[in-house]
Amino acid sequence: MTDSAAAVTNPQANSGSSGVITLDNLSVSFGRRPILKNLRGELRGRAIGLLGPNGAGKTTLIHTLLGFHPPTSGTARIFDRDIRGDAAQIKSLIGYMPERDSFIAKMSCVHFVRFMAELSGLPPSAALERAHEALFFVGLGEARYRNLDTFSLGMKQLAKLAQAIVHGPRLIFLDEPTNGLDPPARQRMIKMIRDIRDSGQANIVLSSHLLRDVEECCEEILILKDGRLVVYCNLEEERKANKKFLMLETRGDLKEFVTAVNALGCECAVTSDHRLKIILQAGAEIRDIYRLAAESQVQIRRLTYKRDSLEDIFLKAMENGSQAGDAPLLGS
Amino acid sequence: MAASQKGWTTNVAVLERAYKQYQGPQSPLWSRFLIIPRHAYRDVFRSKIFMAFFALSFIWPLVCAILIYLHHNVEAIAVLKINVRALLPIDAGFFQTYVIVQGTIGFFLAMLVGPQQVSRDLTNNALPLYLCRPFTRSEYVVGKMSVVVILLSAITWAPGLILFLLQSYLEGWSWFADNIWIASAIFLGSLVWIVLLALMSQAISAWVKWRLAARAALLGVFFIPTIFAEVINGIFQTRWGHIFDLRALIGNVWSGLFGTFVRQTGDIEEFRNGRVVRQVIMSEPPLWASWFMLFLICAFCLWLLSRKVRAYEVVK
Repeated sequence: MTDSAAAVTNPQANSGSSGVITLDNLSVSFGRRPILKNLRGELRGRAIGLLGPNGAGKTTLIHTLLGFHPPTSGTARIFDRDIRGDAAQIKSLIGYMPERDSFIAKMSCVHFVRFMAELSGLPPSAALERAHEALFFVGLGEARYRNLDTFSLGMKQLAKLAQAIVHGPRLIFLDEPTNGLDPPARQRMIKMIRDIRDSGQANIVLSSHLLRDVEECCEEILILKDGRLVVYCNLEEERKANKKFLMLETRGDLKEFVTAVNALGCECAVTSDHRLKIILQAGAEIRDIYRLAAESQVQIRRLTYKRDSLEDIFLKAMENGSQAGDAPLLGS
Repeated sequence: MAASQKGWTTNVAVLERAYKQYQGPQSPLWSRFLIIPRHAYRDVFRSKIFMAFFALSFIWPLVCAILIYLHHNVEAIAVLKINVRALLPIDAGFFQTYVIVQGTIGFFLAMLVGPQQVSRDLTNNALPLYLCRPFTRSEYVVGKMSVVVILLSAITWAPGLILFLLQSYLEGWSWFADNIWIASAIFLGSLVWIVLLALMSQAISAWVKWRLAARAALLGVFFIPTIFAEVINGIFQTRWGHIFDLRALIGNVWSGLFGTFVRQTGDIEEFRNGRVVRQVIMSEPPLWASWFMLFLICAFCLWLLSRKVRAYEVVK
């Protein structure tokens, strides 16, 4: 699915021709310490991953987009609204799940989520109704009348997610959503994030240092290093491209098989005894390879994709941190 | 199966558990700061100590109302066999006493309610949740102050104005017209005190996270400068130490509003060989100095709040 196709099939999630988030030479400094340096780019995906080592500036970028820190220079736009001038409008469109523990003491969970909904502008009756819905959605339906002080870490994470989505924002910032979660809880959180993404009702920005979380949820990724944007990558495109590269382990006489594959228009190379590399061309599919193998009486014992995992992309980015704003598009 | 049961259908409620945007109406922007006191009162009114104290704080207004009634009830005066009118005239002094007593009670009420307002949010890192919404820092501060302001208004100027109207009703229109300035003195005097208490309790709450320590700090802010002021007055034989004394400052403001402010409060004469060799006139600081100091204190509290009420503390 290309970027433009994503915009067409999810019109509610990404309106207009401009991106969800547009970074325009955005720089942020704390005193004399530069934190973000000349970030440029346009992000359009349903789910955008923000990756980077500790101290790269991921949380600062989110905080700047939320209006917590004023930019030192440059600006950014969210849904075509400038973060400098239209902060109040932007805040009515976004939800935020902080990384750290954040809640209001001496409140029950439903009261807390309702309070947050009212602060977002919902009338009291609608806020209460949406609070119950949000808590059932995240799986805290049975525990919603308990005090937040009595919640476990996993439950607090879910409560944070509930308050981030209760007012139905168009863009949701999730900062380390799987922090401190055990594997089953992590799976549930990832599933919920994917459900929100696939509903087409909201865009997501997921900041994490866990590559697996980002790989499972996101279509686009930004990798930050030392406050600079070192890589921008469209994972969907990357996955599609890598599906073209096949590595086969076979049994049987390969001569006829190789000829047939070449006749299909695909490039084929025999790397060693019974091992092949094939590059599929447009129009050719894996089932064609299986058909040709059956016709040539060749057994395909193993078929794998040569795929750059997100880990490979990330490690390459850390080794080759590039100049500000000149983030290479991987796969090109 | 009975024939009636064959066509029987059951409608099962299906909970929609999918994410969806909210498309309904929004609450008006100007009123959103009131969300904070509305939700805070659920916790405040759960405290039995607070409820008892709040109920007791209406005793003095009730006593005043009874006194006003006695002033105008000839039969009651005859039964009591005392001249209530001469003993306790209903004038500016009467209402000033009312404001002083209720102001003192309001101080203890603010001490009960004020210190936990901001400190809890800071302790639990709740500020980002407020400020990521269309809700500004100013609205947050005003909302938190409203918790104290509304409660104190209910026990100070609101019953005070009711007492004034009761007196006006019983005394007649001419009394009302001649003394309308007393009503403005009740309102303004109470408001100044309420705003000062609200700002101070919020500022202390923002900087002192432990609730008991915040209450002690609020007490200390009122009594320690008093001692300091008296020390200065004693050493320098003056009354200018009172510009550091919050109780003296607000007392001067109230006196000024009710027309009972007296600048010169005494003098000290030094005799030698039967002759006065030195005379020191003891004057209170001028009224404008009291107003100015209160304004400075409020500005300082606002500055303290602005330093602490942020989404995240930035280490530069």
